[in-house]
Amino acid sequence: MKITLKVWRQKDSKSKGEFKTYEHSHVSPDMSFLEMLDVLNTELIKKKEEPISFDHDCREGICGMCSLYINGHPHGPLQTTTCQLHMRSFSDGETITIEPWRAKAFPVIKDLVVDRSAFDRIQQAGGYVNVNTGGVPDGNAIPIPKMIADEAFDAATCIGCGACVAACKNASAMLFVGAKVSQFALLPQGKVEAKQRVEKMVAQMDAEGFGACTNTYACEAECPKGIKITNIARMNREYLGAMLTSYKVEVGGGE
Amino acid sequence: MVNSINTAQYYTMKWFLDLFSSSLGKKLLMSLTGIFLILFLTVHLAGNLQLLKGDGGKSFNIYAEFMGTNPLIQFVSKGNFALILVHIIWAIMLTIKNRESRGAKGYAITNKKSTWASRNMAFLGFLILIFIVIHIQNFYYKAHFGTLPMQVYDGTEIKDLYTEVAFIFSQWWYVAIYTVCMIGLAFHLWHGFTSAFQTLGLNHMKYNPVISFIGKAYAVIVPALFAYIPVKMFFFS
Repeated sequence: MKITLKVWRQKDSKSKGEFKTYEHSHVSPDMSFLEMLDVLNTELIKKKEEPISFDHDCREGICGMCSLYINGHPHGPLQTTTCQLHMRSFSDGETITIEPWRAKAFPVIKDLVVDRSAFDRIQQAGGYVNVNTGGVPDGNAIPIPKMIADEAFDAATCIGCGACVAACKNASAMLFVGAKVSQFALLPQGKVEAKQRVEKMVAQMDAEGFGACTNTYACEAECPKGIKITNIARMNREYLGAMLTSYKVEVGGGE
Repeated sequence: MVNSINTAQYYTMKWFLDLFSSSLGKKLLMSLTGIFLILFLTVHLAGNLQLLKGDGGKSFNIYAEFMGTNPLIQFVSKGNFALILVHIIWAIMLTIKNRESRGAKGYAITNKKSTWASRNMAFLGFLILIFIVIHIQNFYYKAHFGTLPMQVYDGTEIKDLYTEVAFIFSQWWYVAIYTVCMIGLAFHLWHGFTSAFQTLGLNHMKYNPVISFIGKAYAVIVPALFAYIPVKMFFFS
């Protein structure tokens, strides 16, 4: 296969950046998209040119590290991660445009690499369950209906890649935050801290500069893990309920 | 740690301000005002359909006189204006925030996987706003502050709004403007109706098909009937 690549090149976060065109003739249809870029980078290094920077890690579709906005779609034309996208999804002689995620909260660091630490900070704001150390509790001690477990697991399959933000015309992170709120809100272990969790995570999401959802559902259509917009509705319910009813207690014992 | 608090913020209703300054709180306002405006449209349409009764405008004029003088209706009417204003102001605030969030640099290529209406709610809303301004100038302002001819029904003299409506709708460009704006309203409702429920968190497998069906039917039928009134009055009077 021979393809033409139009790749966004940007030296660092302060540079302006521009598209550069590369002719790539050593492409096999069985290569993954990232392998195709690896081969191109090897050629660039041999020619003593700066290789293209892009994010990747597990290459198994589970880590959420790879990104790339390919021909107008996050993770390319299929609803999968870029590492699981193969060159057979493209035709011989095709021109492929590769851009980084675009969002104010995801600034470009270099070439196709963006800073997604905003997602980490949202998680740190409340996307966890506080547990006391001690022995492992018995698996059946807390009954959880299979359906609820499945729903929570579906929400938990969100790998935090940021495709939802990249696809959204408002760069809204609500599918991500909705999934992260839901995976705990559905389960008894998560319900304990549900109110403060959703309040803090939504506040952090706003502080990071993500937009507000206008229910276009482009995120759901592009999410490589098929996270459902029901999670956004659940976050809306949880947040509204929490804001209207949450309270704190002043500890006065022993004084 | 969790319990260390500043009690003052709970007494000063800081949480209330936090709620409505958050992205989700702003969306909540859009949703609630939107649902109220949908209810308003229904009542407004029911009243307007009396224009087609063919009784020379008697029932419409009596209805308009009632709406223009009843204190409760007047109160709701003022509230309605306020809610339209809230809907517009919060829409502008959200749109500005959303544009900022997208960042300075856009994509070279985008393939949309969403409906046209859902992406163009601000434009459609602006079209409706222009319509509201024209519409208020045409009727509401004239009925309340302007001079209209009078009609006597059963011994009482009331304003003859019907004749004014018939005059406006005898001019083709007004009929054209009204029809185009109603198409805009239809697209706005096509997305807005169901969207309002999603924002409220009312997304449930059992009720989604019902909400979606009613929303789509409403988005087609109500603007179509609104547009039918000027078209019929233009061609058949």
